[in-house]
Amino acid sequence: MIGHFKRRYGANPLHLIAHLIGFAIAAYAIVQLLDQRRWVNWLAWFLAAALLHDLVLLPAYSILDRVGHALSRRLHVRLPGGGPHDPAQVPLVNHIRAPALISGLLLLIYFPLILGPGGPAYFSATGHHPSGYLRNWLLITLALFAVSAVIYAARVRRARVRATRSGRRSSPA
Amino acid sequence: MSALGRLQRRLAEPPPGPFRPDFWRSPLRGPWLTSLLGTLLAPAIVLIALTGLISHDAYHPELRGNATIDPAHDIGVLLQFPTSGPSWIYALTQGIHVTVGLITIPLLLAKLWSVIPKLFQWPAVRSVANAIERLSLLLLVGGALFEFATGVLNIQYDYAWHFNFVTAHYWGAWVFFAAFAVHVCVKMPVVVRCYRERGVLKPLRDDLLHTRPEPAEPGGLAPTAPAAPTLSRRGLLGLVGGASLTILVLNIGESVGGPLRRLALLAPRGRVFGTGPNDFQINRTVASAEITRELIAADWRLSVRAGTRTVSLSRKQLMALPQSTHELTIGCVEGWSTTQHWTGVRLSDLADLVGAPPGATVAVESVQPAGLYRSATLSSEQASDERSLLALCVNGVDLSPDHGYPARIIAPGVPGVHCTKWVGSMRFEAA
Repeated sequence: MIGHFKRRYGANPLHLIAHLIGFAIAAYAIVQLLDQRRWVNWLAWFLAAALLHDLVLLPAYSILDRVGHALSRRLHVRLPGGGPHDPAQVPLVNHIRAPALISGLLLLIYFPLILGPGGPAYFSATGHHPSGYLRNWLLITLALFAVSAVIYAARVRRARVRATRSGRRSSPA
Repeated sequence: MSALGRLQRRLAEPPPGPFRPDFWRSPLRGPWLTSLLGTLLAPAIVLIALTGLISHDAYHPELRGNATIDPAHDIGVLLQFPTSGPSWIYALTQGIHVTVGLITIPLLLAKLWSVIPKLFQWPAVRSVANAIERLSLLLLVGGALFEFATGVLNIQYDYAWHFNFVTAHYWGAWVFFAAFAVHVCVKMPVVVRCYRERGVLKPLRDDLLHTRPEPAEPGGLAPTAPAAPTLSRRGLLGLVGGASLTILVLNIGESVGGPLRRLALLAPRGRVFGTGPNDFQINRTVASAEITRELIAADWRLSVRAGTRTVSLSRKQLMALPQSTHELTIGCVEGWSTTQHWTGVRLSDLADLVGAPPGATVAVESVQPAGLYRSATLSSEQASDERSLLALCVNGVDLSPDHGYPARIIAPGVPGVHCTKWVGSMRFEAA
């Protein structure tokens, strides 16, 4: 009986039951939303949220990641000996990736304050203009890249010292 | 071959691009990674949902005029917001809601990144079960992104929508949470299997050199044609954690104050405007509430009523009543908070003045001519708490007009917008 159901349905009956319960609650909530004025606007936001993430944001940051990766391969400090996958090599990519990703995320989250579209509403709530956010974001971005660069420099130095030492050891006296 | 047969063969082949399994090359994607990200994400979602419901309850929607969500249609959840707790209790729960919400964003995005190949699965529908599950995933992903996006925009006053935020965020949360609960149930066996096969944390021990892709399965998350890794799994987790930590440091100061406020460089309410007694965060200025000078001039009177008895009091008369001073917190639904020393008349003294019945609720109305939250009803516990004040002064000086001069409500654990400013009338009613 259950085997027959599984073949026809494609999963365990519990799978169906769980989904039916979930759909019932979600449908109730959606009906409450459809009761509101402006529900078309709500629906548009709901679908746009998923579409913009999956078809715009994710491809965009993936492409940027590729670009950053290609860039880092050109810039990265080559140490004597070994190809790019030699453990002695210190890849630069993550030292660009990490600060760029964090800075990008901060922009994604705080863009209304950084770029200012919420300005008038912010002013009427707080009594102040949302100034200084762009400057702060730029300074934070700078700081993130600076910290990352310092860590990279320290790693390259350490790898160099190690390479020189092992080079001395292996060279004939 | 018939045309139909050719069409069938064509459809069985995935179209080029993301529908081909070899399109997705990250060597880190795989069921174990997604399981770990999901395991970290789920408790955060539960915490955000619970604190959200607590906030919903803290507004006391059962009292007249307080509800934004029609109580007749609301999904009743038995969450009792503590009413006699410390004054910062709402600031704490709502600070958690907003702060945890913000620091969960990197994790949510990483989780969605890890499962993106599933969006382009081919054939698009494998079975009835698969179709149903994909529909629930639309509610899950749409719901999650909708909730996070509207929350993030709302705390920054970027009202880019035409719908009512409270209603949409509340009902949107139910859509999201229903789909989330189903997803957790359905995926639990997959998570357990991954942990059994690969260990819960064991793959995190691998450095970049030892990072190998998870074994590819047809229709699975692991890549069939993996690229060379550029990041270890623990590196990816570190990146997500680092991003969350950065957001935490840059935002938490608006909720906890003190020296951390200096670090709240991007928080909507992180800034310090001065050192004067009235120089703390304002919500809704006197100008935006359209409070004219006449409305709060010397002839302002507070009307206090219980049953048929009404007393009208000038600010001078209120100042002549016994005054109490308490350190109380304004906790905003947007997650920021501020704690000040408030001085004024106890609400319970005002209740006694008009002979209100014990345990009465109080409906407070502002002189504000129009707008949301110009009135609110406080519960009997809130009205009878000895720390609940009709404040006339803050930090030893008169309230500034922006902070509610001539008189405002301030009470422990009451959401900020229910601490009515520019109070014009109060009506005590038997609960």
